[in-house]
Amino acid sequence: MKGMTIIVKKVTQIIAGVIFLYGLYITIQGHLSPGGGFAGGTIIAGSFILLVLAFGNDVLGLVKKEIRSSFIEALGIFLFILTASGAIILSFYLNYDKIFFKNFLTKGVPGEIVSAGFIPLLNIFIGMEVAAALFTLFLAFVIKSEEKEEKKK
Amino acid sequence: MIVFILCVLLFLVGLYGVLIKRNLIKIIIGLAIMEYSVNLFLILVGYRDKGTSPIVTKGLENALFVDPLPQAMVLTAIVIGVATTALLLGIAVMIYKKYGTFNIRKINELKG
Amino acid sequence: MNYIPLYVILPLLAGVIIPIVGRKVKFIPALLTNLVLLFLTILTVLFILKGDFFMVYKVGGWGIIKGIPVGIFLVVDALSRLVLLIVNLIGLCAGLYSISYIKKFTGEEKYFALFSLMIAGMNGVVISGDLFNIFVFLEIAAIASYALVAFGIRKEELEASFKYQVLGGISSMMILLGIGITYWAFSTLNIADVSSLLRSRNPGRIVFFIQALFLMGFGLKAALVPFHSWLPDAHSSAPSPISAMLSGVLIKAIGMYVILRLFFNMFPVSYKTSLIITLIGALSMIIGVFLAIGQWDIKRLLAYHSISQMGYVVTGIGAGLLLISKGQDLSLAAFAILGGIFHLYNHAIFKGLLFLTAGSVEHRTGLRDMRQIGGLGQKMHLTTTSSLAASMAIAGIPPFNGFFSKLIIIIALLKAHYYMLSFFAVLVSVITLSSFLKLQRYTFFEKLKQDWQQIKESPFWMTSSMLFMAMLCLVTSALIIPGIRERFLSPAVKALMELGRYSLNVLGQ
Repeated sequence: MKGMTIIVKKVTQIIAGVIFLYGLYITIQGHLSPGGGFAGGTIIAGSFILLVLAFGNDVLGLVKKEIRSSFIEALGIFLFILTASGAIILSFYLNYDKIFFKNFLTKGVPGEIVSAGFIPLLNIFIGMEVAAALFTLFLAFVIKSEEKEEKKK
Repeated sequence: MIVFILCVLLFLVGLYGVLIKRNLIKIIIGLAIMEYSVNLFLILVGYRDKGTSPIVTKGLENALFVDPLPQAMVLTAIVIGVATTALLLGIAVMIYKKYGTFNIRKINELKG
Repeated sequence: MNYIPLYVILPLLAGVIIPIVGRKVKFIPALLTNLVLLFLTILTVLFILKGDFFMVYKVGGWGIIKGIPVGIFLVVDALSRLVLLIVNLIGLCAGLYSISYIKKFTGEEKYFALFSLMIAGMNGVVISGDLFNIFVFLEIAAIASYALVAFGIRKEELEASFKYQVLGGISSMMILLGIGITYWAFSTLNIADVSSLLRSRNPGRIVFFIQALFLMGFGLKAALVPFHSWLPDAHSSAPSPISAMLSGVLIKAIGMYVILRLFFNMFPVSYKTSLIITLIGALSMIIGVFLAIGQWDIKRLLAYHSISQMGYVVTGIGAGLLLISKGQDLSLAAFAILGGIFHLYNHAIFKGLLFLTAGSVEHRTGLRDMRQIGGLGQKMHLTTTSSLAASMAIAGIPPFNGFFSKLIIIIALLKAHYYMLSFFAVLVSVITLSSFLKLQRYTFFEKLKQDWQQIKESPFWMTSSMLFMAMLCLVTSALIIPGIRERFLSPAVKALMELGRYSLNVLGQ
């Protein structure tokens, strides 16, 4: 895939980082305000997709990116399940109830950033998973069309 | 009530697209429209007149909230819909590569 | 009592560890999947040996607050135990078979990851006691199966997968709409809670609408007759172990099981709906077998027989529902339902085995058309033996399990004076026998053709899992013996026959 003109590249350089930060903000504030892992993850994926569209990449680079992002996707779900069954795992060492999805961390003060037990953690892992998954989807489609064009040449 | 009728109409529009259209991509769009109409219906089920968003803040503990459960369900349904649509589009791209067409009348290896 | 969520956690973990590790270490995917399935099978057998019990698991510790069930409940009773055994046992056999079979495809780790996700979805549907949770797990299982049907990415596989996905998508939307209307009418989605609300006050006509939506949605997933058109394509195009999983397990776990659970334990039993269910069952039984007669493709023939055999299950269960709704002869109703459930269990085993043997033939010859194969019995002894056992089981030859379940269904229909239905049940059985005689003759018993002189038996893992399932075909007929029946089948029938008892059990704890 070819990149775009210098104007698009320059603007993207400025905007992509801001979009990425906004996605992080939505993800981390998920337990206090509307948003959360899924919404934040899509925004983060959007910033990556913008970068690839603006700067372009050859097929090899895209395939490398796809392998890495699908790895992160699987890692996100893995961490999510580990956190969800955290109470069961930790109950062998500490005095927790052996319950799946038990919120085993301290709840804290409502309205603070660090509160609501493990819900912010779950939000972060979901955000990671969704961002990686959507980016992988995008890359898969791009790679398919790129291969077709290379065959034509 | 009129909103619910519109919702059912939207569902039927999607069903029409799936049943009548011959283009694979249009069939996928029809499925997506059906899904959105069902999501809209779920949101309408949870709607309360003059209800605020269901976030408990200080001083508003007893305000009238809209029902948050359908919203959670719709979020999950949207995620599932993304996965289904992505897979369908992927398969459609592969079919295009093999057959060179999106027309379902020309894609008929399977019979009976 | 902490083991229930393991049915979802372990396959899901396997499904995400495999893509991370499996790309580098080649033996991990198959090993991990089969270990998980083995563990879950042993766990289910232990549950069954423990006797009749009822378990409710409250996810996250969110129980019943002020009489309202707040959290997600996982429920395991006798019926779910039976279906869990089917899912994990047939899954284990198909998983072992895949070790050798899948070598000819690329992307082994993707195959096993999707396989694990499908198992996780089916287990989740069976253990969840909440309508929306059922929908979510159903979609996990369904999406994994869509991808697995297209796994070979040849022309017909892609086309079958697309067809399956479009129809599956419509059925999912029906189910979601039904769930939305249920929430609108009752403000709850917990099956037990909805059931107790339905029984305590007169709900009005909205229930019929919900029932119609659920019957359409889950009937499409179970491939009952007006909604069956996707099944022959999808089930015959998938890789063979996946065909065995789809035909043997998936249509039962995400179609039949949910219909059973909702129409016995959630909705109040009414004459009209039971009549419709029985009619759908009889139609699938008859139409499925007539469509199967003209098929020459082995896997397509088997797929059409799946529709017909599911028709037997639904007919038996529908007759039981009819008898319950009339309220006359409850022991006869229990007998009919016993037949239906026993046939459900048997069909999982013999249809899974038939697809595995078809896969074994395809693995060595590369063909699926019976007319071109012929005479493999002289070279592939183990495949022939197991295919013969499964054919006799599905056609209803006495020492095999299929005979007993069909016999129970037919006797129950006769005793209940449904002569027309019992006549058709016998007729369909005869046609089934003839079409499997055709399969045996053309594939295994004719003169060996010139092309197949050098052919060898399939690899170790394939033959061993086929022989194991052939043994099961014989051994499971013992389940009907009084004494063993009380441990395994009768509790499942009792769980269905007790109708509203389910909700009392869930809400009472």
